[in-house]
Amino acid sequence: MRVKGSRALLESLKREGVDTIFGYPGGAVIPIYDMIYQFPDIRHILVRHEQGAGHMAEGYALATGKVGVCLATSGPGATNLVTPLADAMMDSVPLVAITGQVRSNLIGTDAFQEADITGITMPITKHNWLVRDVTQLPEIVAEAFHIARSGRPGPVLIDIPRDIAEAEFEYTPVESVDIPTFKPTTRGHSVQIKRAAEFIADAKKPILYVGGGANHAYAYKEVRELAEKINTPVTTTLKGLGAFPETHPLSLGMLGMHGTAYANYAVSECDLLIAVGARFDDRVTGKVAEWVPNAKIIHIDIDPAEIGKVLLADVPIVGDVKAILTELNKVVKAKMHPEWVSQINKLKQDFPLHYPNDGVLHGQYVIEQIGEVSDHKAICVTDVGQHQMWAAQFFKCEMPRQFVTSGGLGTMGFGLPAAIGAQFGAPDKTVFCVTGDGSIQMCIQELMVATIYKLPIKICILNNQFLGMVRQWQELFQGNRYSSVDMEAAPDFVKLAEAYGAHAIRCFNPSGVRAALEEAMSITDRPTVLDFRISKEENVYPMIPSGGTIHQMVVQRPPDMVPLDSYIASEMYMGEDDQAAPAEEEKETVPVPRAQ
Amino acid sequence: MTQTQQHTISVLVENKPGVLARVALLFSRRGYNIESLAVSITENPKISRMTVVVNGDEQEVEQITKQLHKLIDVSKVQDYIDVPIIARELALIKVNAEVNNRTAILQLVEIFRGRVIDMSDKTFVIEVTGGNDKIDALEKLLEPYGIRELVRTGRIAMARGIRGM
Repeated sequence: MRVKGSRALLESLKREGVDTIFGYPGGAVIPIYDMIYQFPDIRHILVRHEQGAGHMAEGYALATGKVGVCLATSGPGATNLVTPLADAMMDSVPLVAITGQVRSNLIGTDAFQEADITGITMPITKHNWLVRDVTQLPEIVAEAFHIARSGRPGPVLIDIPRDIAEAEFEYTPVESVDIPTFKPTTRGHSVQIKRAAEFIADAKKPILYVGGGANHAYAYKEVRELAEKINTPVTTTLKGLGAFPETHPLSLGMLGMHGTAYANYAVSECDLLIAVGARFDDRVTGKVAEWVPNAKIIHIDIDPAEIGKVLLADVPIVGDVKAILTELNKVVKAKMHPEWVSQINKLKQDFPLHYPNDGVLHGQYVIEQIGEVSDHKAICVTDVGQHQMWAAQFFKCEMPRQFVTSGGLGTMGFGLPAAIGAQFGAPDKTVFCVTGDGSIQMCIQELMVATIYKLPIKICILNNQFLGMVRQWQELFQGNRYSSVDMEAAPDFVKLAEAYGAHAIRCFNPSGVRAALEEAMSITDRPTVLDFRISKEENVYPMIPSGGTIHQMVVQRPPDMVPLDSYIASEMYMGEDDQAAPAEEEKETVPVPRAQ
Repeated sequence: MTQTQQHTISVLVENKPGVLARVALLFSRRGYNIESLAVSITENPKISRMTVVVNGDEQEVEQITKQLHKLIDVSKVQDYIDVPIIARELALIKVNAEVNNRTAILQLVEIFRGRVIDMSDKTFVIEVTGGNDKIDALEKLLEPYGIRELVRTGRIAMARGIRGM
């Protein structure tokens, strides 16, 4: 069949099962958009900024497990995809980005809207292509999807010059892909799996450390089976949240810089660390050399380059996490660790997550209520900052792919578009977007998309009128010098939301939170923006300072005038007096409730 | 921590546009220092071969080879640290050769089994091949005469015997 490149592109996308594309048109992609117009099976979501398209595709991919697709024009359209691509690369999100390019004969001439996007995105994609010959287009699309979803998932980019999209050629669909240089290992080495089982048999204080790889691999059941069979507490990374139910008695919640104190203590004491699809990120380990001083390490990961990158593993197993755990569960012997588990339960009792109960509205309370009002079944999409850490601590995920967040890159502005993408991918689920007054303003224009498509997303702005996480660091480490973090001058989020056609609620008091959330739950034909005016200077605790160790963990706000380093948790853990939560002295800074 | 050693790594890559950029970017982005890099065609027209020389301990170089493997256009990576290899480099050296110095320079070239491949009334161009040490040594000996220009190909290497990549 003789067709244009643009038709071959759309046919190829259809063959890959693409039903939704997030994109924005422009000169170089006009031929592709003309063809989209003729493909009713493929829904095109017109975003308001290409960055939104990229994050929507990410949210869609993270919520569904399918490959997300975004489309942008050449030059500025393409460069606006750079942040989502870098984000997807860090968090292993399967993404296919398609960009237009200037006509082939103009490439390299600094033509209008020309940018070397394949050059720019080389380090932030798994692979990318500049299509130079239209006959190769079908094969490139097939390879792109194969690479994006296989092995360790990740983003790819296809750059298509305008003349290639317009060129006619004899199109034959690609039936199968074979890339000799890309053969990811999926099955774990059986000898290594047996060795892992032996290490597990010998361990007295094992910990499962579960990362985003377990979510990507849908290894939820397998993780749970292993944990229960060998009676081993489970801590997850930020990206691993949902891979093990946080309501489970063996759950330790999240570990790391803002992880639970008990997860971090447990990890520091363990004698066997079973890493499952996790990459020993610096926000998890702090000072690597002192992180798990007494532990042997079993490291299960699909990416061989992650093995030994940060810490040497005693038993490395490369392959698909789900496949490996299935095999491991067959050979591992059931075990009980009553002493270890009771030691950990004691830690849980001694160092629970907590926040001041002082009648002031705190972000943590809002998150707890979101969890309750949605029966912990909602998809929780976050932005980046304090609200993100509170969501990770207090939402209590129960299901895989329930927690959608920007982990590795830490992209403010991710939340709203990702929530939109997640809702498109999972139309039957309740989607909450937990964001901050800083983050929401980075991609707020996408609210229009949520309104147009009647997406009932609940956008909860934890508004402390600060760039709270930076302010927290400035408070703790820069002597309260609050440099450029004041966000008091902000739009009226309620009016702004209404201008976009969304429902809007403002809330000042803990007593109003539940009603506000229930009102939002009752709105099903448009997004709801909830402006929660939370206490201005609440911090995220526990906290292990960057590059620090468990001994520097601060579990709660020190009383005024007490230097930080004299209030570190280890002293409390060593049995110093059990200091009660200090009274918050920030009444004056809390916004005065106003009539709505 | 194991000790830092010089590693010679051969990399087979698809002969496609941008491959060199991908490999070079990987090295710069991950902070690995390249001592030398040589790229050429091979017996297979679809495949190019890069020879990379890097300094690092075992763990660093293992990480480099793994990251190289992750590039889609890379088909094979071989670290020759434990393999007997033949390694060669070619240098062209343009050196001042006044009439009264010529005999001495020619002797040096002879000893190093190089060749004079061009001359003018004031200069020789010397071609020499060998390991880096040998070329370094000749370079040092020629320095007093005044080296006007020097270019080296970087190391290329191959395993000894029947063993392929």
